[in-house]
Amino acid sequence: MPCSTICADSPRPQLGEGQGERAGEREVLIFAIGNESRGDDALAPLLLRSLETELTARASQFECLEEFQLQIEHIMDMQGRAAVLFVDAGMDTPAPFDFYRVQADDSAMLYSHALTPAALLKVYAQCEPTPPPEAFVLCIRGESFELGESLSVPATENLVAAQVFLKSWLQNMRS
Amino acid sequence: MTTNLETAAHPEALRRVAIDPVSRVEGHGKVTILLDEHNKVHQVRLHIVEFRGFEKFIQGRPYWEVPVMVQRLCGICPVSHQLAASKALDAIVGAKHVTPTAEKNRRLMHYGQILQSHALHFFHLCSPDLLFGFDSDVAKRNIVGIAEQHPETAKRGILLRKFGQEVIRHTAGKRIHGTGAVPGGVNKSLTIAERDLLLKDIYQMVSWSRDAVHLVKQLHHQHPELYNSFGAFRANFMSLVGFDGSLDLYHGRLRARDENGNLLFDGVDYQDYSQLIAEEVKNWSYMKFPYLKSLGTEKGWYRVGPLSRVQNCDFISTPLAEIERREFVAYSGVMPMHAPLGYHWARMIEMLHAAEMIKDLLHDDDILGSDLMATGERGFEGVGVIEAPRGTLIHHYRVDEQDLVTMCNLIVSTTHNNQAMNEAVRRVAQQYLHGHEITEGLLNHIEVAIRAFDPCLSCATHALGKMPLQIEVLDAAGINLSSLSRTSEGVLS
Repeated sequence: MPCSTICADSPRPQLGEGQGERAGEREVLIFAIGNESRGDDALAPLLLRSLETELTARASQFECLEEFQLQIEHIMDMQGRAAVLFVDAGMDTPAPFDFYRVQADDSAMLYSHALTPAALLKVYAQCEPTPPPEAFVLCIRGESFELGESLSVPATENLVAAQVFLKSWLQNMRS
Repeated sequence: MTTNLETAAHPEALRRVAIDPVSRVEGHGKVTILLDEHNKVHQVRLHIVEFRGFEKFIQGRPYWEVPVMVQRLCGICPVSHQLAASKALDAIVGAKHVTPTAEKNRRLMHYGQILQSHALHFFHLCSPDLLFGFDSDVAKRNIVGIAEQHPETAKRGILLRKFGQEVIRHTAGKRIHGTGAVPGGVNKSLTIAERDLLLKDIYQMVSWSRDAVHLVKQLHHQHPELYNSFGAFRANFMSLVGFDGSLDLYHGRLRARDENGNLLFDGVDYQDYSQLIAEEVKNWSYMKFPYLKSLGTEKGWYRVGPLSRVQNCDFISTPLAEIERREFVAYSGVMPMHAPLGYHWARMIEMLHAAEMIKDLLHDDDILGSDLMATGERGFEGVGVIEAPRGTLIHHYRVDEQDLVTMCNLIVSTTHNNQAMNEAVRRVAQQYLHGHEITEGLLNHIEVAIRAFDPCLSCATHALGKMPLQIEVLDAAGINLSSLSRTSEGVLS
């Protein structure tokens, strides 16, 4: 059943001007991934909103995107960036948060409609002519992700720690 | 129409295999299979964690918040919930008919959602199975593998989806939590600049969508024995149909046919849905089982979604999709197509239709109008129905004098398809697992059948490390005989 010939002769798709805003105008892209109606899944959107003043003041350098989950088309938002930061909530993350560099991963697998940052970078590497931007993950520990819940007490504490860290990271990005 | 594999006669003597969670579907579902010592299948069940608590989540909220709130129910089809809620709440503000500008902008948003969702499903989630094979290397059987082996196909999928998202962004105001559709109309129309931006790419999207129909059609023609029989079962089917009998995914009347294609009912106002449909509760599933009241629980279950819609309508209003619909119907012959893999073909026809509709709407000046809202006599109850990417979506609300929602009932596409998906996995279990040693590749056959329906088992919760897969084989006493685990990093052990 493998279908190796059906698609092989198709012309290579070109990105049209109508495909949204031109990416890459601001050098750092920050993804805030999460659903704020599901308890601690709101950590990433809340973190970015808490730093809105700082981010707005440097809007020429940073662009923020809120998403429920990462998807393959997000590689187009990453085009031309110097760096990308993925902010997310995780249950297996050590408290208060984990911060690490992430790279394209050949073995990254897909389970649902969502991609991991490593899988997204892998897709970027396969679809784009240039290497993917430098990428980092800031994963804040959450405890509970049920619909309608507010942020848990431990997650609120983790959020404060992540705010301090991200402020410092943003300032370092200045230099 | 049903198999006899829902409940085994003596489950205590059987061993159990669980696929938990089912991968490449939205949300959390699991399949349990009971086997005897000869690997003969005695029971198969698809269990789904439904939208538990959603209705309660909505109750007590001001009605005008609802179109935004319901978008948080699902990370995959927020636009569908926004539109169904807005349509239902039009009745609360007395908008019996929204303005042409409002309706066309809502339609534009909806067809953007159909385009991006169908592209996501076909290119990202199902093409790995269809292009590599159901039991191909699990490490490559995903969109990353497609990007490697079929880069043009992968890129088209990305650009089609991205275009659909851009249509949504321009009509809803932003990518997520958009506020474009509101009770009574819309709060913005397209600007000339936005329209012109989208027009630059729409012709390419139509062309690629047509290529996608041809790709899946070619697969059917190359492997008819597989595509016509894999998990096939006969069922009633239901959808909205336009007032003129056309495929209409935004508005219309309810129509249902039996397994032979004969009309069961037609032209039904969806405000009366509760007179037609009831929901059965089974003690082994969180998700209810809808059925047509007139036929009862045994014979009244039905299928929704692209396979139903393309065969339920009389014609498609856009020319390229209509050509493809006719070929699809001719391929099926005198009887409707019931094979689950036919969903992919029908889905691509709908994607082509959505692209054509977007093109037509972008050329309609009403889309730029300023008459956005309609009002009328205040109401207290409303039902909104649309054909979401996965099938019929029903929102029903009651609102009190203080504008607070007192009752909310949602019947989502995946719930309509609950019995149908169970039937599909039972057929596949009979066809492929019965009497065989269980392998990951064979279990993926079960998942292929489920994915054909594009179920949205959504929780919309995204958290790193939350999506492992574990398969366990237990003996009758519950002792673990063997297991296969896959971590969130994709490591098999």
